[in-house]
Amino acid sequence: MQERNSTLGGLDWPTIFIYLALVFMGWMNIYAAVYSDEHNSILDFTQRYGMQLIWIILAFALALVILLIDRRVYFVFAYFFYGLALLLLISALFFGRVVNGAHSWLQIGSAGIQPAEFAKFATILALAKLVGVYNFKILQPSSILKISIIILLPAFIIILQNDTGSAMVYGALILVLYREGIPNWFMLFLVFMVFIFILVIIASNALILILLFCSTILLFAIYGDKQKEVISYALSTAIFGLVLYFTLNYLGYKISSTYIILTSMIIGIPIALVYAFFRRIRLIYFLTLFLVITTVFALSVDYGYHRILPIHQQKRINDLLGIEADPQGWGYNVNQSKIAIGSGGFWGKGFLGGTQTKFNFVPEQSTDFIFCTVGEEWGFVGSTVVLSLFVILLLRLIMIAERQREAFAKVYGYGVASIIFFHVAVNVGMTIGLFPVIGIPLPFFSYGGSSLWAFTILLFIFIKLDSSR
Amino acid sequence: MPLNITTDKKYIISSIIIFVFIVMLTKLFMLQIVEQSYKLSASNNVLRYIPQYPARGLIYDRNGDLIVCNQAAYDLMVIKNEVKAFDTTEFASILGINIDQIRASFSQIKRIKGYSPYKPSVFLKQISSKTYAVLQEKLYKFPGFDVQPRTLRTYPNKIAGHLFGYVGEVDEDMIAKNPYYQLGDYIGINGLEKSYEKEIRGKKGVKIFMVDVRSRIKGSYENGLYDTVAVVGQDITCTIDAKLQGYGEKLMANKIGSIVAIEPKTGEVLAMISSPTYDPELLVGRERTANYRTLQSDTLKPIFNRALMALYPPGSTFKIVNGLIGLQEGTVYPTTRYGCAGGYPIGRGVGCHIHPSPLSFTQAIQMSCNTYFCYVFRGIVDKPIFGSVENGFSVWKKHVESFGFGNRLNIDLPNELRGLVPSVSFYDRYFRKGGWNSLTIISLSIGQGELGTSPLQMANLSSIIANRGYYYSPHVVKEIKGKDGIDPKFTTKHITTIDSTWFNYVVEGMDMAVNGGAGGTALNAALPKIRICGKTGTAQNPHGADHSVFIAFAPKENPKIAIAVYIENAGFGGTWASPIASLMIEKYLADSISRPDLEKYIKDAVLLDRHARKK
Ligand SMILES: [Zn+2]
Repeated sequence: MQERNSTLGGLDWPTIFIYLALVFMGWMNIYAAVYSDEHNSILDFTQRYGMQLIWIILAFALALVILLIDRRVYFVFAYFFYGLALLLLISALFFGRVVNGAHSWLQIGSAGIQPAEFAKFATILALAKLVGVYNFKILQPSSILKISIIILLPAFIIILQNDTGSAMVYGALILVLYREGIPNWFMLFLVFMVFIFILVIIASNALILILLFCSTILLFAIYGDKQKEVISYALSTAIFGLVLYFTLNYLGYKISSTYIILTSMIIGIPIALVYAFFRRIRLIYFLTLFLVITTVFALSVDYGYHRILPIHQQKRINDLLGIEADPQGWGYNVNQSKIAIGSGGFWGKGFLGGTQTKFNFVPEQSTDFIFCTVGEEWGFVGSTVVLSLFVILLLRLIMIAERQREAFAKVYGYGVASIIFFHVAVNVGMTIGLFPVIGIPLPFFSYGGSSLWAFTILLFIFIKLDSSR
Repeated sequence: MPLNITTDKKYIISSIIIFVFIVMLTKLFMLQIVEQSYKLSASNNVLRYIPQYPARGLIYDRNGDLIVCNQAAYDLMVIKNEVKAFDTTEFASILGINIDQIRASFSQIKRIKGYSPYKPSVFLKQISSKTYAVLQEKLYKFPGFDVQPRTLRTYPNKIAGHLFGYVGEVDEDMIAKNPYYQLGDYIGINGLEKSYEKEIRGKKGVKIFMVDVRSRIKGSYENGLYDTVAVVGQDITCTIDAKLQGYGEKLMANKIGSIVAIEPKTGEVLAMISSPTYDPELLVGRERTANYRTLQSDTLKPIFNRALMALYPPGSTFKIVNGLIGLQEGTVYPTTRYGCAGGYPIGRGVGCHIHPSPLSFTQAIQMSCNTYFCYVFRGIVDKPIFGSVENGFSVWKKHVESFGFGNRLNIDLPNELRGLVPSVSFYDRYFRKGGWNSLTIISLSIGQGELGTSPLQMANLSSIIANRGYYYSPHVVKEIKGKDGIDPKFTTKHITTIDSTWFNYVVEGMDMAVNGGAGGTALNAALPKIRICGKTGTAQNPHGADHSVFIAFAPKENPKIAIAVYIENAGFGGTWASPIASLMIEKYLADSISRPDLEKYIKDAVLLDRHARKK
């Protein structure tokens, strides 16, 4: 394939148009969210929409610079950028200004930047460079170690900054690794773990243990082709558990049913293992491992959730799962957010017509909760348009990633898509009560220079990589 | 080409994205389209309904003098969340309350139903405009506080408290009964304020504002499209003559009883006095409850409206009614004479005072002979054609009731009592069936016994005689501004069962009682220029001295005023009740008093001892 002549040739314009549309809509919604009669000029630079306009213009300039730089720079200096980002993160940790309880801001003159925002593209560049090497074997232990270090190092520093939400974003990169070789069963296992996690919070331990045991038996019944043995094994374990329970009860010992089930399982597992040894059925070893891992996971989640997780985070999750509600207290943000979006109805209240956002009932209405303004003023129609734009953008990014010849560009592309996807899903999810409140911005929409620039860099490096593929 | 692992994953990742997108859209659909409660919550957040209270209608007397009007007052409102630390000492001294009261008010507002720290609550009710003037200058020092204008009643003449009633705040019960009212609204609780509440109260308005999360008003909602203006209450002209009412209240000072004066041609109540009375200003504003309690604990019961609610036996004035029934039933004739030797001799007997004998019908009324009316009463009840005492009594009762006794006259004021006229079944229960006859119930002939009549009913009786046989339901409202005429029930003529010709003999007797010289029972009521017709009475009272009663009307031809006067425990009707009635009539018809000595004597008289005159 021939090299493109013009530096700006071969740009993927649909992506750029969606980017422009989202940025413009974000700006209009910031205007609407903080609009007041005293400050109604859209160019009022004492107000956030005035400032955002400056950020936008600077972001455009930044995009242009990125497009003008030789694409090889991003490959060659990937680790350099990564190192720089880590350095910035560490300095923020020590010298950073505290905002909302997090050491996440680096003060440069009168302006501040959030290194955590910029660390994203650097991490993806580094990851792309690592994984993009010819003949890279992702499932080798050394590979797993390297990948883990690259991803977890920035995440760990961000957690130290007390900004868990931003750190969670790095978890989204699992999608990249999935694309690059993590097998399906592992992803399914992860999904199952998430399911167990939620179940631990809403259901009792005993129920979960029974469920885990039953799913293990079920898996064996499906893949093991030994129905008769399975049934008798399951029945005898169950009968043993019940006899134990009633005997202890009869003797007057009040013992939690969780321990009864655990005892049954501990007695049952060696029997199954002995059976496996003599019949040479390897599946039983795997399933036993599965049962042990999930059980340990469930019990430690239970312990961690109720004993270690701070109360306010517990409450947020409980609110989400409908376990408890306190719309005036810790549930205030989400409740007001839902009221704002819910009151928008089908067509919305019209531009500047939103009352809940404009009159500050919704907190952080121009940053993390900017989607409330969309929902309130543009209704279901507007919300659908915005979400559709994001989905089209994501699918387009995947499409572009798939057409890359170089693994580096492709991995980077998937990284960009994963990060944006995570941000959109979590941010919109929290405003509509699908996800716990985690303070991360809506890409291109939320007020703030750092966030806008970081996403612009993230996206335009990929556009640049694509333009000269 | 079969799908290999790599292409598979591309689609799986895309599917995950689309799946999450669909989940979010579904949730948005639930929030924005299916669930309606968020729209309501949003309005509750942002819309603040500020009621606009109308001023109550004014009340004028029959001559157009303003007798009930409004004064400005201010409710001090507070939004708890906006209050910052302030100088409580200064605040308390401006408001004229003590510091403890400020603390008490803060804890009190939290108990109000529907309290919210984001919304205004009443902190202190009804601050006077004088206090407000001082407060207004310094309100900036007390963030979170604001005032809401209200209107309170004021009474320039300080008369007729019972008639007007009073205004208070609605309670939970009233709100439950009538959805028009909301917490903080005022309502007429008694008297005219209550019976004409709908007309007087006007119509509340509402201003809808949008507020931000700190309850700061950000502007009117939809430019005031849904705001409504408060409509001032309708003004009322009442039938009362303020001067006559005030004069009557002065005459009744230090006396217990009641005066009711009616214009016979219309049924309009000219004056309605219940004594002791109270200053209506006492039942206005913040001190109302405390003052009400004080008045209520007074043993002379100043709150009790005797004109409508006190039931007395009519005494000798009732002889007129018996006389008229006798004439109508043909059991006595104008020419019929009965001798009287100190009393009615049959049965237990009824005593009489000393007077010439025998007497004609007219003379019997003039001199109020007990014996004569015992004959008359028995003549009616025992009239052979009726067949039995029960039938005879029923005929008598029917006649009596046509005078408006034993039933409400339906005056346009609350709490009117029916009075008592006994029935056959009452006596059947009281004695036994067949165990009573005309002699057993002979006291009815002279207006004693089981009869209970209110001063209003007695004034109405006087009105009937003045009209020679009919009456209009007494009423206190003459005109409601913006309304055509008054309730038709007040313009409906009620005709008694007695032919109007018979009234002339009664009128003659009443004329003679006042103006007939020797033997007249109410000679002290006579006026040189105005011909008053009257009838005294002395109502026996088991609890103390007799009540002094007098009914009268004047002038004799084309009467303009009919009146009933009750003075409790003041003895013979001719002693106190008749001169008071005479002064009232003179005041109303001549507008000047020709007997200042009598006036002073009456005004100064103290008749509060319930047993002094008991014989
Ligand atoms: Zn006599």
